[in-house]
Amino acid sequence: MLSLLWIIIALPLLGFLLLAVSGKKLSRAVVGTVGVGTIGLSAILTIIIGISFISGLSHTKVYVQTLWQWFYVEGFSPSIAFHLDSLSMTFIFVITFVGFLIHLYSAEFMIDDEGYSRFFAYMNLFIASMLILVLADNLLLLYLGWEGVGLCSYLLIGFWYKDPANGTAARKAFIVTRIGDTAMAIGLFYLVMKFNTLNISTILLSAQHLWPVGSTMAFTASILLLGGALGKSAQLPLQTWLPDAMAGPSPVSALIHAATMVTAGVYLIARTNVLFILSPPVQTIVAVIGTLTLLLAGFSALTQYDIKRVLAYSTISQIGYMFLALGVGAWSAAVFHFMIHAFFKALLFLGAGAVIISLHHEHNMFKMGGLRKEMPVTFYTFLIGSASLAALPLVTAGFYSKDEIIWYSWSSAGGNPWLWIGAIMGAFITAIYTFRMVFITFYGEVKMKPEKKLSNLILIPLIVLAVLSIISGFIQTPSTLGGVSIFSSFLTSTLPEVIENHFSEGLEILFQVITAVLAISGIFIAYLFYVKRRPSERSHSAAVNFLLSGWAFDKIYDIIFVKPVVWMAEIDRHDFIDYFYTFIAWLTGLGHVVLKQTQTGKLRWYAMGLVIGAILTISIVLLS
Amino acid sequence: MNNVPIMAGLILTGILFMIGVTGLLIRRNLVFILMSIEIMLNAAGMAFIVAASKWMQPDGQVMFIFILAMAAAEVAVGLALILQIFHKFKTLDADKLNNMKG
Amino acid sequence: MDVLFYISAGVAIGSSVMAITRKNAVHALLYLVVSLLSAAFIFYLFGAPFIAALEVIIYAGAIMVLFIFVVMMLNLGKDSERQEQDWMKPKIWIGPSFLVGILFIEFIIMLSGTGGSYFQFVKVSPREVGTSLFTSYVLGVEMTAMLLMSGIVGAYHIGRRKKKMRHRYLEGSDE
Repeated sequence: MLSLLWIIIALPLLGFLLLAVSGKKLSRAVVGTVGVGTIGLSAILTIIIGISFISGLSHTKVYVQTLWQWFYVEGFSPSIAFHLDSLSMTFIFVITFVGFLIHLYSAEFMIDDEGYSRFFAYMNLFIASMLILVLADNLLLLYLGWEGVGLCSYLLIGFWYKDPANGTAARKAFIVTRIGDTAMAIGLFYLVMKFNTLNISTILLSAQHLWPVGSTMAFTASILLLGGALGKSAQLPLQTWLPDAMAGPSPVSALIHAATMVTAGVYLIARTNVLFILSPPVQTIVAVIGTLTLLLAGFSALTQYDIKRVLAYSTISQIGYMFLALGVGAWSAAVFHFMIHAFFKALLFLGAGAVIISLHHEHNMFKMGGLRKEMPVTFYTFLIGSASLAALPLVTAGFYSKDEIIWYSWSSAGGNPWLWIGAIMGAFITAIYTFRMVFITFYGEVKMKPEKKLSNLILIPLIVLAVLSIISGFIQTPSTLGGVSIFSSFLTSTLPEVIENHFSEGLEILFQVITAVLAISGIFIAYLFYVKRRPSERSHSAAVNFLLSGWAFDKIYDIIFVKPVVWMAEIDRHDFIDYFYTFIAWLTGLGHVVLKQTQTGKLRWYAMGLVIGAILTISIVLLS
Repeated sequence: MNNVPIMAGLILTGILFMIGVTGLLIRRNLVFILMSIEIMLNAAGMAFIVAASKWMQPDGQVMFIFILAMAAAEVAVGLALILQIFHKFKTLDADKLNNMKG
Repeated sequence: MDVLFYISAGVAIGSSVMAITRKNAVHALLYLVVSLLSAAFIFYLFGAPFIAALEVIIYAGAIMVLFIFVVMMLNLGKDSERQEQDWMKPKIWIGPSFLVGILFIEFIIMLSGTGGSYFQFVKVSPREVGTSLFTSYVLGVEMTAMLLMSGIVGAYHIGRRKKKMRHRYLEGSDE
């Protein structure tokens, strides 16, 4: 059963090839069936393989399937091989299942678009690349998937390419992640230099034996890999591309920029956890970056007026939580939050997409209102998703995952009171901005009436994801609330256990109460500001504009990086290096002009030439 | 009676040839240029005769016959060309006929 | 004999110099004829009477006459004489004369290597020339014949005056 692993990747790839080659000639129905069907089959196959894997977990922790050897250069021979363990099992489950729901949704969402087959081709290619990324046995194959998802992200952000602003957003995303990719590539070169292999298990084993804790080698390797992770996951300082990436269609934002691609950084760090454990300073950096990012993005999300940008900043913030968890050593907590976040964030994006197309592509929340009665299913599912995001206590999955991270930020060996304060402040702000979004969009009086009646293909994924946003939390509850640890024991076969300093149970319960109170009071504050005294349009004050622009990062980068390069290009407008080559050409031209003077066309001149030639020839003969 | 050195004969041909070259270089009229070419041909032929006389063999004279024939043909064609040039360009100035410059 | 040689050499050189410096084309051609005649005498002195005869008949008698006919046909006139006067300024012939002088000096230097023997003045009869011509050099004779043929055809073709093609509408309008 496990040997069917490669089919999970082959199916979307096949779908991509089919649609890329002949998509334009096929009808909408066929394209939709192929595009959604391949992912559906992959999802079913994933579930089957998952059941088979989990039931055999006691004796097979890791399953490796090698397809062929990629190349062989001086002893370095990566192979096309897939590595299935509990970590990658989690990821492929989320990718295929959430991916299937999103594909189903977009079969209806994109039905009027003329690039229908192109859309599904790109989405299938994306799923295939992401699966390669998480199933890769060696870092080179992982990098292949990494670049593949970057490419698909670019293609899909700029999907409506006729508007140049979309192209600019796509290029910005690609270039900013490129900076991270370059750091990661250097990291891969470093690892090849040290170990002559990129096989992940081999590297982790060798590093554990050969590199002492805190050595510069571990530091170099892990910080370079961290660079790559920061780019892809849109953390500080490379977070500027994600809000602009909302230029793509909503299903794209849901799949790529919420559930899967942006979590590739989390996957990378979790996968190479040994390197990070061997280098405590880098782990601290990860945790600090995570905390700063979650606060920065959270504050920015408070002021956004475009509904998708709120969700974009929210994504940056929640991935900050995952980085925080990775930084303090709570590996399985990070992965758990990833899974829960994938469910509710995809739900929120799909819901936002439903609202947007119902209101004729209106993105500004302040132009919406009162949709709670007009679009009931959307409203209720959106509400459940928001509750999960805000970590409404006890009933939502988000509570359990976020609470675990907040607890470990205090109690784990790498934890710190400052990190804990940042985490709970983030939770408070999350609740505020989330429900601000809900209240402005769905409450109040109706400003625009939705026209489209949403079909089942849109509503069913919303409902499924809403259900998951509630019940999936119950597989991992803290010891004070039942102590269910299905998820963490599933992951201990791959990821190390979190190292905790022991605190009393009472402290734990106190912290949980604090978190719960903060969440509920955040919702209440949002209620006060946005339902009781309802602003009719967004505020334009300077402080709001500063937060709105993401703490002016774009402007800072423009001044530091873009302007000097443009200035240098302007100076070199006429290309100094080229002057040397044009000089040679000019010299030849000069020779031509000079020698042209000898071609007078006059007979006597040529006769004189003959005479002079004769004189010279004879004198040469005589003198030698 | 036999005191003329061979050198004198050759120097004579040299002087005649140089006169021909000078005429070619300093005159602008095409007719004079052609005339100077005839002087040069004659001088070259004379050199052959001098050589024949030294070795007392008829080969030099045979050579001179060939040169003579060639000069005749060349003069005929050259004069025909001069006629055409005169009719076309209305001038016999060699310096004016410089369309092949550059 | 020696004296005769030196005198005719002087005449040849003198008349050649005169030939290249005249303004009138016909004068120059006549001087050239004189030069050719003196050359013919020199050939006779060197023991080549046949060649001397040929020189007079063909070179002076046919080629120069052809020249004179063509020059007269060109009808150059007084204007061209004035023009030639203009063109004979010293600055025109100083440079070429200097170059030619250098060439002559080199010529002398080249010749100085050869030994200084003397003329025998022995006559090489036409019979020997004819024999040599038609046995050893018979191919050359054939090629010369072809050359003369091509000369005739070429001269005829190039010398032809082509009638200007005018549209028949304009035919009668001007002569």
